[in-house]
Formats: sequence, structure tokens, C-alpha cells
Amino acid sequence: MAQPYLSLEFIDKTFERNGTRSEVLKQISLGVDKGEFISIIGHSGCGKSTVLNIIAGLIDATSGAVFLDGKHVDAPGPERAVVFQNHSLLPWLTVYENIDLAVSKVFRGKKSKAERHAWVMHNLDLVQMAHAKDKRPAEISGGMKQRVGIARALSMEPKVLLLDEPFGALDALTRAHLQDAVMEIHARLGNTMIMITHDVDEAVLLSDRIVMMTNGPAAKIGEILDVPIARPRNRIELASDRTYLKCREAVLKFLYERHRFVEAA
Amino acid sequence: MSVTQLNLKEEKKPAQTAQVVTFNPSPATKPFGTRLLQNGRQMMAQLLPPLITLVLIVLLWELVCSSPTSSLPAPSRVLEESWELIAHPFYVGQGIDQGMFWHIFASLQRVAIGYALAVVAGVALGVLVGQSQWAMRGLDPIFQVLRTVPPLAWLPLSLAAFRDGNPSAIFVIFITAIWPIIINTAVGIRNIPQDYQNVAKVLRLNGFEYFAKIMLPAAAPYIFTGLRIGIGLSWLAIVAAEMLIGGVGIGFFIWDAWNSSLISDIIVALIYVGVVGFFLDRFIAFIGRLVTRGTANA
Repeated sequence: MAQPYLSLEFIDKTFERNGTRSEVLKQISLGVDKGEFISIIGHSGCGKSTVLNIIAGLIDATSGAVFLDGKHVDAPGPERAVVFQNHSLLPWLTVYENIDLAVSKVFRGKKSKAERHAWVMHNLDLVQMAHAKDKRPAEISGGMKQRVGIARALSMEPKVLLLDEPFGALDALTRAHLQDAVMEIHARLGNTMIMITHDVDEAVLLSDRIVMMTNGPAAKIGEILDVPIARPRNRIELASDRTYLKCREAVLKFLYERHRFVEAA
Repeated sequence: MSVTQLNLKEEKKPAQTAQVVTFNPSPATKPFGTRLLQNGRQMMAQLLPPLITLVLIVLLWELVCSSPTSSLPAPSRVLEESWELIAHPFYVGQGIDQGMFWHIFASLQRVAIGYALAVVAGVALGVLVGQSQWAMRGLDPIFQVLRTVPPLAWLPLSLAAFRDGNPSAIFVIFITAIWPIIINTAVGIRNIPQDYQNVAKVLRLNGFEYFAKIMLPAAAPYIFTGLRIGIGLSWLAIVAAEMLIGGVGIGFFIWDAWNSSLISDIIVALIYVGVVGFFLDRFIAFIGRLVTRGTANA
């Protein structure tokens, strides 16, 4: 049996604080194929961000293991680039310098200086931010910052791109623009992407499969939904597409009927 | 009633925006003279209030000290008695008989050396304490005790150790300036957002790269707060230390003037000390603004 490109095997996570143990994740197992777009959806506090951080290596799993491309993963690294929820650009660097920091580190000795410059500009072009290359993060809008955050992650040429609620802090219109941008990049580069979200429409629009998590404590993968919609996808056409609506309904039923979040008033 | 008012407002609005639009290009097309006048008016608005206060204070001082039995000289007497001192700041004489510039220069030199050492050691120790829980637990109580020791209390000890006035004064500056630098640097390092640390981890920055590219710029606003407090304290301490060690320097100049009952000279020296201290503070603040450009507002 062929091993999937990225696999999570029996991940458990317990946090211990002031002597009280809280079980966050229980027996999370998931296989992701190369080039696949996976969304992980669940109510807030279900530990979906913890899953992403474990894949990124920023948090250690209590037990279980993550394998990427046949190798065991236990520390952060640029082959699992993260697009952080609040962009996390360094405010004292310009847009160009922020990406150059990543490119210089990852491609030192592998690309010449001119090639590195071209690669930075190429990634800025991908997210249509080349025009703002000399601006500082404080001088550009939230959506633009997140574009730069995506460019920085892409510039590391990651095997897996991890997106941690990348559009959560953006307004609906900007969010739609960025979703389209991510879809386009995924179509062009064929990256493997894992996205954390709590937006049902976003999950269905972007994903090949949607991983639905039960509520914590001890959250598990409740269900995995295939989204058999052909790409390229168009949000306007999909609005009345039967498969789209059925997928949407399935996720909504999971989240609001079978696994209602009781504490959410 | 309210409806008509609402209408009025709406009619006003477009007119206002139209005005703003025409306002923007206007400064460029305005004649040079008008611009000069505008700038001049702004400068006046900035300079006038402090000038008025200054004049009032001098007047009050003149009034209070004008009687011949007054123990302190009035401004007019200061000018008269210390005119030599005021008019010839670059005068070079024998021993400690020097112009004001040379006294200030000697003091600034001591401050520069002591402060520079304090900056290097203070930032290094601050990084250590900010980074490591163990260093924090081990060193912080000692720092907290030592920093309450008044600067001058170190002087006899350092005189005993160095057996010379000049290095002792420099040591006093060092030990005075270092505490706020250490403490503020440590706070800055401890406050580096988790996000930046995660970025560094994903990029696998090594220790030195993390220090130079994330840690120092992220903590720079805090570090410069410490540096500014430090330079202020240094300048406070040097005057006191020099009074005791003697030689050329503004501190001993003041003490010497007191011993010779030259009260007017003391007043001139105090004005020098105040003005130089002000510029030292502004200088560090200026460098801070240059270095932390963009850091403060993320």
C-alpha cells in the first residue's frame, strides 16, 4: 500500500497546566495526497489550529507521528510553510525584505543573488503585490498583508502549504478576492495545501476534501467529505450548483445538527 | 425641523470635499513668499510660548534678586560678573583654568566612554535575562538590589579599585546607566510576539540570525527607552562624581566656583549642564527614531 504524501498517524495531544490535564486531540489520523487541497473545519476551540501547529512542528504531539514525503517530521521547517492568521510580517522590513528574508535563508547557496531577487519578485507577482514591494506592512491593507504572507510562504517552495485561518480577519469582499487568488495559485503550482477555517462556504469552494472535527475536549475527526466539483471553480456558477449545495448542506448538518457547539450562545 | 437640518448637512458635504480636493495641489502652486510666511508662522507658534515663559522667568528672577542684600545674583549681575566666562568658551589656560567648552567636553568624554560600555554590557545582559528563565531567576534579584545603590556610593569603592579619578568616574557612569538598559532590554526581549518567533522557527533561523534579524529589531523600541533613561542618569551622575574627583570637568568646575564664592559662574555652568543634558536626551531619541522606524506601529 502506497503511503500518502503527508500522513498524520494516531496523533494525541494533551496540555498540562497547573497540574490539570486537558485532552485536546484524540487519535487523529489523516492521509493527504500530493497536490490535494484539504480544509479542516470545526467549531472554535476544537483544536483544529493545534492540528495545523503539530503538522508545522510548532507544537509537539503527545503521541503519534507526522510523516511528510516518507520522512518523520518533528520540528518546524520551510518545507511546511505556514500562512499565519494575522499575517506575521515583520513590521520593520519592507514587503520585499520580508520575502527576501525567507528566500535568502532557504535558498542560500542554491540560487545566485540575481536568481534570488528574481524569485522574490516572481512570488510577489503571483499574489499581485509587486507594486508595493518597498512599502512597510503598516502602510498596506489587511488583505494586502495577507497576500504578502502567502507570497512569503510560497517563496519557501514548501512541500505543504499550511494556512491557519488565513482570511479570518478580513472583510467578506477582500476574503473572496484572496480565496480566488489561492485557488488560482493552487491550480498553477499544484501545491499541497491544508487550510484551517470556520467558514463553510470557503471550505467547500476551495477544498478537494473537508475534514470535519468534533467538539473538544478530546476532539476527533468526525467525518471526511469529498467535494467532487471540477476545477476551475467559479463562485458565481457554484452558487446554484447541486453538488456544491449538497456538500454545503452536509457540512452544515455536521456542524449544527450532530455536533452543535453547546457553549456558543 | 430635523428633516431640513439633515438636508442642509448633505448639501454641505460635497462642498467640503470639493474644497479639500482643491486644497491639495495648492501648496505647490503657491508663490514662494506665501509658503515662507506659512512656515514662519508655524515656527513662531512653536517658538513663541517657550520664549515668553523664558522672558517671564528671567524678569521674575531679576525682580526677586534685585536688592543689594540678596544672597543670589540677579541675571544682570550674572552677565556682568561672569562675562569673561560667557564670552570665551574656548579659552585655554593652565590646569583647571579652562573655558566652559573644555569643561563640558571633558565631562562628555567620560560620559561617552562609561555610557558606551554600559550600552554594550547592558544590552548583552538584558538579552541574556530576557531569553533565559534561569538567567532571569539567577540575576534579576541581584540587579534589583544593586540598582538601588546611589551612583555616588560606588565612587569610593571604584577609587579604591582603580586608584585614579578618571576611570572611577567612568565606572560610576557605567554602573548608573546600565540598570535601565538591562531592565528595558529584558522586557523588550520577553515581549517579542510569538508570531515572530514562529516565523523564525519555520525559517529555521540560527541563533545569530534570530538575534540580528528578529530579536534586536523587535526589542528596539524598548531598548531605546532604556538607553534614553540611561543617558539622562549618566549626565546626572557625572556632575556629582566630578565634584569629588576634581580635575577638568563641569562637575568640579561648579564645586571650585562654590569654593571661590563665584555664584554667577555656578549659574552659567548650570545653564550649560541643562542645555547639554537636553541635547543628549534628544540625540538618543533621534537615533532611536531612525533605528526603530516602522517598528512601533505594527
